[in-house]
Amino acid sequence: MATITTPRKSVAVNPLKQSQPLGAALAFLGLKGIMPLFHGSQGCTAFAKVMLVRHFREAIPLSTTAMTEVSTILGGEENVEQAVLTLVEKSKPSIIGLCTTGLTETRGDDMAGILQSIRKRHPELHDLPIVFVSTPDFKGALQDGFAATVESILRELPQPGETRPNQITLLISSAFAPGDIQEIKEIVAAFGLSAIAVPDLSLSLDGHLDDSYNTVTSGGTTLAELREIGSSVYTLALGDSMRNAAETLQNRFGIPYEVFPSLNNLDAVDSFLEGLADLSGLPVPDKYRRQRTQLQDAMLDTHFFFGRKRVSLALEPDLLWSTVHFLHSMGAEVQAAVTTTKSPLLEDLPVETVVIGDLEDFERLAVGSDLLIGNSNVAAIARRLHRPLYRLGFPIFDRLGNGYRCTVGYRGVMQLLFDLGNLFLEQEENHVRPTYHDTEFKRQNPK
Amino acid sequence: MKLTQGKINELLSESACEHNHKKEGKGKNKSCTQVAQPGAAQGGCAFDGAMIALVPITDAAHLVHGPIACAGNSWGSRGSLSSGSMLYKMGFTTDLTENDIIFGGEKKLYKAILEVKERYNPAAIFVYSTCVTALIGDDLDAVCQKAAEKTGVPVVPVNSPGFIGSKNLGNRVGGESLLEYVVGTREPEYTTPYDINLIGEYNIAGELWGVLPLFQKLGIRVLAQITGDGRYQDIACSHRAKLNVMICSKALINMARKMEERYGIPYIEESFYGVADMNRCLRNIATRLGDADLQQRVEQLIATETRQLDDALAPYRARLKGKRVVLYTGGVKSWSIISAAKDLGMEVCATSTKKSTEEDKARIKELLGQDGIMLEKGNAQELLRVIAQTKADMLIAGGRNQYTALKAKIPFLDINQERHHPYAGYIGMVEMARELEEALYSPVWAQVRKPAPWDTEVI
Repeated sequence: MATITTPRKSVAVNPLKQSQPLGAALAFLGLKGIMPLFHGSQGCTAFAKVMLVRHFREAIPLSTTAMTEVSTILGGEENVEQAVLTLVEKSKPSIIGLCTTGLTETRGDDMAGILQSIRKRHPELHDLPIVFVSTPDFKGALQDGFAATVESILRELPQPGETRPNQITLLISSAFAPGDIQEIKEIVAAFGLSAIAVPDLSLSLDGHLDDSYNTVTSGGTTLAELREIGSSVYTLALGDSMRNAAETLQNRFGIPYEVFPSLNNLDAVDSFLEGLADLSGLPVPDKYRRQRTQLQDAMLDTHFFFGRKRVSLALEPDLLWSTVHFLHSMGAEVQAAVTTTKSPLLEDLPVETVVIGDLEDFERLAVGSDLLIGNSNVAAIARRLHRPLYRLGFPIFDRLGNGYRCTVGYRGVMQLLFDLGNLFLEQEENHVRPTYHDTEFKRQNPK
Repeated sequence: MKLTQGKINELLSESACEHNHKKEGKGKNKSCTQVAQPGAAQGGCAFDGAMIALVPITDAAHLVHGPIACAGNSWGSRGSLSSGSMLYKMGFTTDLTENDIIFGGEKKLYKAILEVKERYNPAAIFVYSTCVTALIGDDLDAVCQKAAEKTGVPVVPVNSPGFIGSKNLGNRVGGESLLEYVVGTREPEYTTPYDINLIGEYNIAGELWGVLPLFQKLGIRVLAQITGDGRYQDIACSHRAKLNVMICSKALINMARKMEERYGIPYIEESFYGVADMNRCLRNIATRLGDADLQQRVEQLIATETRQLDDALAPYRARLKGKRVVLYTGGVKSWSIISAAKDLGMEVCATSTKKSTEEDKARIKELLGQDGIMLEKGNAQELLRVIAQTKADMLIAGGRNQYTALKAKIPFLDINQERHHPYAGYIGMVEMARELEEALYSPVWAQVRKPAPWDTEVI
């Protein structure tokens, strides 16, 4: 339905897009005991690390092969080897997550060959999984790097095993925050199902205090769990970008799957719970029946503020999809939709045009809308346009609690309704009344 | 300026930098030429460094020629503040795709420069090369020259691929571009005998604004701010200053030294942190400008400022006295902050000397006293060990170590470029004292250290 356009220009101004390796790092960080390793120059890692730290306000394990001009010309094998050995010695990771960057992809390092020869020279690394993913900076965006990483993890780590009728796999895209994942896991557990979530950011980047200092992730999907995924009876892919990863599991182990592109409107949560009820053979727990009535009540209370509001969004495809559907479910309209990368979802979006572009495009298209939705970089635009901003996506560095926020499930949708509803309400308080008073004043006091 | 290996070596072995002065006549202090270690390196790259040095020029557009990671993961994130144009906060990049890499990125870059000029009309355009565009051999200098001719706007190439080295080297690469393309390209409307340049001060959290009023009161004119809250045209005129004042940083020392060679401008190295250093800075400037009247005014100002400051600090000094801190930061800042902490009556029990020069180290030793620990290396675990060993009350360090401290439930103050509070000048001391007091006496420490009542052992 939607026309997808890419503005013809040579310069990206105020990029919305982030690089694939950053997405890879984020996905890797949802595994327990991992050290993500960027094969590139040290700056690639430093920039990604700063972004992640600013968003999550957490210590982030992330390392580099520290490529130099000379090692780039000679090839990166020695640097990868030295990095792996140093990490094993200093951080004792249970997994290393290795990804490439623009530099090493341009040079064309043969990563499979490099890993093979390192393994040959170092039999002591036999028990250390090194998950590799190719993530050139010059293609795709954060969401693609994240999805490719989940695929790599699922290609390499799960082992075949006897099917456990109670065990399901949750594949969770970059559209979901740690707080979302926690809520999703609680919902699944309420149906008596045992879920392995990949990646599980709710155990690593949720913000919690550990007893001791860690140089690798202190929580996340464990290696043992990853190996047991082959025994799951079903895969729930959350976010359309997890489709290929789910297919990987189907191809490898014959595990059927279903994709839930969104979990943040009434219909979407309904069908998710229905699916879980079917899978588990248990009825929907009372807690959620109650929450559903609360959500419906909240929809009634808030719909006055959403109706016909024009909203402009700058989000990655999965998050764009779910947010657009949420807004539509409340009677709001989409004025502009800007995104970072191609996705099969985009064509089916119920909007006229989707722009794969930057925040310069967004700023032009968003003029006159009632609300902007995007990351913290949109804040400057919101100020220039005098419009309110709801922060969503990545990075959010000017708001606290990004590890905890939850916008999925009945409870999360309610929160989203109130947060956005309050922004609209505040707008009306600020703008409508003065306008009315102005006209009244002028009427009563003609010059 | 083509960036050849010879040029890089020259920047690495910058003669004015004490890192390169031989230690007791033998060997080299290797700080500047250290190569990042795979698996262990934590710092930024040369591209990062070049941007740190130049992005604070607020009325210029900063265009990154490379794939999305370089600009996409960093734009807008730097803490330099502006009193005018906000153009420097915008992210411009050629966002190279696979096709550009196969067929070369020069045409796209040329068009990008024209588009930036057309749509944003900047005072100048700085164009940064990155690893990928260096690797595919795009001729940055030629494209910039052609674009400058076409647009009539200065287009300054900055050859800063990340893989040539560290952030520190990148700073100097940035300085080199200013020297080659900017400094001396314009004449100031008028000059005074009291014209100085500030070099290496980036106006993080608006620090400069706590210091500039002092210069104004004294009748000292800051001709160019290189580069904090800087303007392109001011920097173009900076060769007419009478004195270069390098602030708290060896980062742009190549600029100071070469401006001395080329334009005969002497330079001094100063710091704005702490009362003692701030006083010394003003006195040294007055002495170097060689004006008795000015020296007189400086003494008067110092007397007034320190008296006011003592009053303002008195309540904090009482609360901070004897508190023990571990300091972990780079270079000159290590002694400069020790001196500030001492002004407040705090004890510095350990500090890093990783990036410090021999001269810095000597000063640190003097300031720390006998029991002080000098940390040559420091990862998070090492820092926590030293904090435990010295029974320190808090950690003062860069943002990178914030979570090292907080996760160990130790009070923390951010002192590096990500900080949100200005600590420079007399006024900055009050801010720093307030922040330190707040951190140390926050009621959260007792609560986060308290075990759950059901976990307490019953004796």
